Order: sequence, then structure tokens, then C-alpha cells
Amino acid sequence: MKSLNEEKYKNLALKIRVHCLHMTHGGKSGHVGSMLSMADLLAVLYEKILRVDPKRPDWPERDRFILSKGHGGGAVYAVLAEKGFFPKEWLKTYYKDNGKLSGHISHHVPGVEFSTGSLGHGLPVAVGMALAARHRGDKHRIFCLMSDGDCDEGSTWEAIMFAAQHKFDNLIAIVDYNRVQALGHIKDVIELEPFSKKIEAFGWAVREIDGHNYEEIESALSNLPLEGGRPSFIIARTVKGKGVSWMEDTVSCHYGSVNDEELARALAELGEDI
Amino acid sequence: MRSIFNKTLLEIARENPRIFMILADIGYGEIEPFAKEFPDRFFNVGVAEQNMTGVACGVAMEGNIAITYSIANFPTLRCLEQIRNDVCYHNANVKIVIIGGGLAYGSLGVSHHSTEDLAIMRALPNMVVIAPSDFAEAKAAVRAMIEHDGPVYYRCGYKKEMDIHKEEIDFKIGRAIKVRDGSDMTLIYTGTIGYNVIQAADLLEKQGVHCCILSMHTVKPIDTEAIIKAAEETGAIVTIEEHNILGGLGGAVAEVLAEGCKSHVKFKRLGLPDVNVSKVGSQNWLLAQYGLDPEGITKSVRRLIET
Repeated sequence: MKSLNEEKYKNLALKIRVHCLHMTHGGKSGHVGSMLSMADLLAVLYEKILRVDPKRPDWPERDRFILSKGHGGGAVYAVLAEKGFFPKEWLKTYYKDNGKLSGHISHHVPGVEFSTGSLGHGLPVAVGMALAARHRGDKHRIFCLMSDGDCDEGSTWEAIMFAAQHKFDNLIAIVDYNRVQALGHIKDVIELEPFSKKIEAFGWAVREIDGHNYEEIESALSNLPLEGGRPSFIIARTVKGKGVSWMEDTVSCHYGSVNDEELARALAELGEDI
Repeated sequence: MRSIFNKTLLEIARENPRIFMILADIGYGEIEPFAKEFPDRFFNVGVAEQNMTGVACGVAMEGNIAITYSIANFPTLRCLEQIRNDVCYHNANVKIVIIGGGLAYGSLGVSHHSTEDLAIMRALPNMVVIAPSDFAEAKAAVRAMIEHDGPVYYRCGYKKEMDIHKEEIDFKIGRAIKVRDGSDMTLIYTGTIGYNVIQAADLLEKQGVHCCILSMHTVKPIDTEAIIKAAEETGAIVTIEEHNILGGLGGAVAEVLAEGCKSHVKFKRLGLPDVNVSKVGSQNWLLAQYGLDPEGITKSVRRLIET
């Protein structure tokens, strides 16, 4: 059954993708493939799941959202601009001299909880926030969106063990599991499979979903924690570069930027020109 | 000194419910009273310093004060990027505490020598760097560290350090404490090497050299005013630290003198040479090997005077 919000998600995800193409084209910068792969996840998170308020980005009761794959920050900037955290005009300054938006995600931007950029930093901090929230009896949740590269880092596994030990069920890790990292497909670099079994063995509740299927994303994120007394881990199977045919599942779209001709073709494929 | 640290922290934690200890399986025999009294504010993350620092940062981002605690280099170098990107960049209220600064764990070997920490911590934006020299400073520094809103690096001694200050001290972050007046030159030290410096000053006094002594318990922000004043009043400065000669207290003082002192000043940095200390021995034996015992310091000071 399709989600009632399907159209909303689709529209927002399209806008995120279009912004990301423009931003990386304008900034002559990379990581567009990592942005495109998580666009659908961000659309559902910001349209329906996260309790955040663009008028009050520091609202104490907000859900905390940490993007640990900071290189994909452009996509979060795009969704925050669409949701009214800051003017869309700022997106045009992405990566540029005296710009408002840095290549990796920055907490100097309204709506951004935490700056990252080096992998393996997001989850430990999210765990600390989960600890503090539980200590204070706060009801908000802490979400951490990671990449497969994040899961190569030892610090991520340190945090996985610690969160399970203390049963932080206010903590939700989501992996944008596009299976492509900077220098290759993960099967040729560091294979994470059997991923869900590993995470489960480490004491988390795990669910695997199609990270481009709105109904599956919405269903998984609407029923949290996945299991009481355990942190939740959602492995969202995605396609790197999703939405632009020649980028999909390629290593080159990690670092490659988008030239004028590619931008026009990509926008045409998406059926949009904003 | 580590006992004074833990005792003082526990006292403050009784008054301040925002204080959390996040540590990485180090502190046996010292941290148990805090753990017992505040089990919901005490977390041992296991042997995982990166996670310790990240978790502490997350706890601090939520309006708390998080203490990370371990020995020697463990809470600094293993997790340096977490300190830089997570703690310092976000100006998070995390206090990084090491037990056993310098060569305190002498015989344990290079892995346990914290001898580059001042230079490395000093280079991080937003970081305050403190190295108390005796129990009085150690105690006051805990309170100052908690009152300061932002990252602090606290280089604690180990045990059985000797007292330097005989009277009440006025401890302020960034303000050197004058231990003794003297007109011939100024000895500036940081941390527990201070006791050797006092003894060296006593030896020099007998030889007719009257040393002014400054305890530079805060290496960053450095007390520029006190350094310039001492240079202008005494005309000669010697810095003494239990640290690699590069980039620590001596480097900081040299920067101040080179840029800010108008008169000619004789200057010498004393510290460990830029080598891995692979000799085996206790803290005092090792210090003597590198001329940082009272006699060694005295000789270096005399050499400077006589040049």
C-alpha cells in the first residue's frame, strides 16, 4: 500500500536532488552521488518523522538529527532550506568564497545539530546525546544518519557496543547503504555483510528497508524504537547517485562534479528545472 | 595529586548536578567514590577513547559538563580528532583530564609518557591548557576548570608531589602565580616539575643568584603581561617544563618575548630533547638524565648567566 504522503515525499526528494545537482555544479564540488542516495530518506525524515521547528531551530524538545556522513551535507542543506530553516538563496553560495554553506555539514547553519566531515564521529556524539536525554527524562529521539564508510571506522563500533550496553532505545542509527565508498564498491574494499546479523549480534534491533521506497521508510521510522530496550538500526538499501542514470551505482559519482552539459541532462532526466 | 583531583571533583559534583564522568576503563582506586555516589552520572565506555570523547561531547552539547579521564596520552592523542572536530569546534563543555603528565609513568615506557601534550592541546582553538604544580594549584584548578565554559585540558600529576605554595593562592585561569621574588632572572615553569625548580632556585640563591619564580599553571591562554613584566624587570628568562622542548611552555613564552618584549632579554628553554625517551627509569631518574633535576636546572641557569 502506498503511503498517503507519497506525493509529498516524492516532491520534496525531487527538490533535494535538483538542489544538490545545482549546488555541486555551482561549487564544482563532489559528493553528489552521496547526496542523491539519501534524498528519499531525508524527504521522509523532514516531511513526517523528525519533530523539528524551522522557527525555533534550538527548541529544546526537538528531535536531534546528526548527519555523520558530513560530505553529503548539501542534501541536508537542501531539505532545511525547503523546510524554511534559512533562505533558499543560501544554497547558491554552497562551497563558494564567503559562502553560507560549507562542503561538509556545519552547525553554524540553522537547523544543523552537529558538524561532521571526518567519518566515525556522528554516532558517538549521538550516543552521548541519548545518554543525556535519558538522564534528564527527555522524550525527544536522537537520529544519526551514517554511510557505509562510517561503518569502517572503529569509533562507530565503539559507539555501537556502548549504546547496546546501556540500552539507549531513544537512539536511531540509519545507514544510507549505497554500498559504494570513495575508492570502490564495498564488496571490493570492506564488505559489511552480513550487516544486519552483525548489528543484531552487537545488541541492536535491526530492520532492513529499501531506502528509496517511501512506504518502507515511513513504516520503519514511524514505529520507533524497533524494539523497547534496544537502540534501533535501520539499514536503508540505496543506490549511489539515485535518480541520474549514468551516476547510479558508480564510484565516480563520489568525487566527480557536474559540468554544464551533465547538469542539463540530469535535470531533464529528473523532469524538472528549478 | 590525582587523589586531590578526584576528591575535589567529587565535592563539586555534589553541588553541581550537571557534571558527568565519562571514562575509558582507567582510574582504579581513584574514581570509585564518584561512581558509587553518582552511578547515573558515571559511565565507563570501556577501552575506547574515541567513543569516550564523542560521548562526552554529546553529553556536553545537551547542557552538561563532561569530564573525560585517563592516564598519559590516552585521552588526548588516541582521540585527537574527536577533541578537535567534536569538542573544540563546537566549543563543547568537555574537560579532558590526564593523570601522570610528563614522565610520571617513567618506567612504563614511551607509550605512557605524556610529553607532547601541551604543544598539541595548545594548538587547538577554544582549548584552555592547565598544568597545576602542587596540591593547592591542583585543587583550585579543578574549580576553575568547571567554572570555565568550554573545553579545558587538565594535566594532572600522579602522586606524592611536594607542596610549593606555603600560603593561600589566588588561582585564575590565564594568570601566572608569583612563587618567589628575585631580581637576577625569572624561572617560569609549568606543572609538577615546579618542585625541582624551587630546589634549583634554592641552590642558586646560595650561589648569590636571586631568582624570581612564576608558576605558569595555564599554558593557554598564556599570561603575556606577567612574562613581559618579568623579562623587563629581571632581564633573563628560563622556562622549565617536563615536555618535549618543541611547542610547549618554552615555545609559548618565546612567542610572547619575540613579539612583545622591547628590551633585550637572555632566554633559555629547558625541557626534554626532541627524542623518544626510551631510557628505562623512574620519573626523577629520567628527569636527571635530561638535566631537569635541581642540579641540572641550576647548571643550565648558570650557563645562561655566564654567557
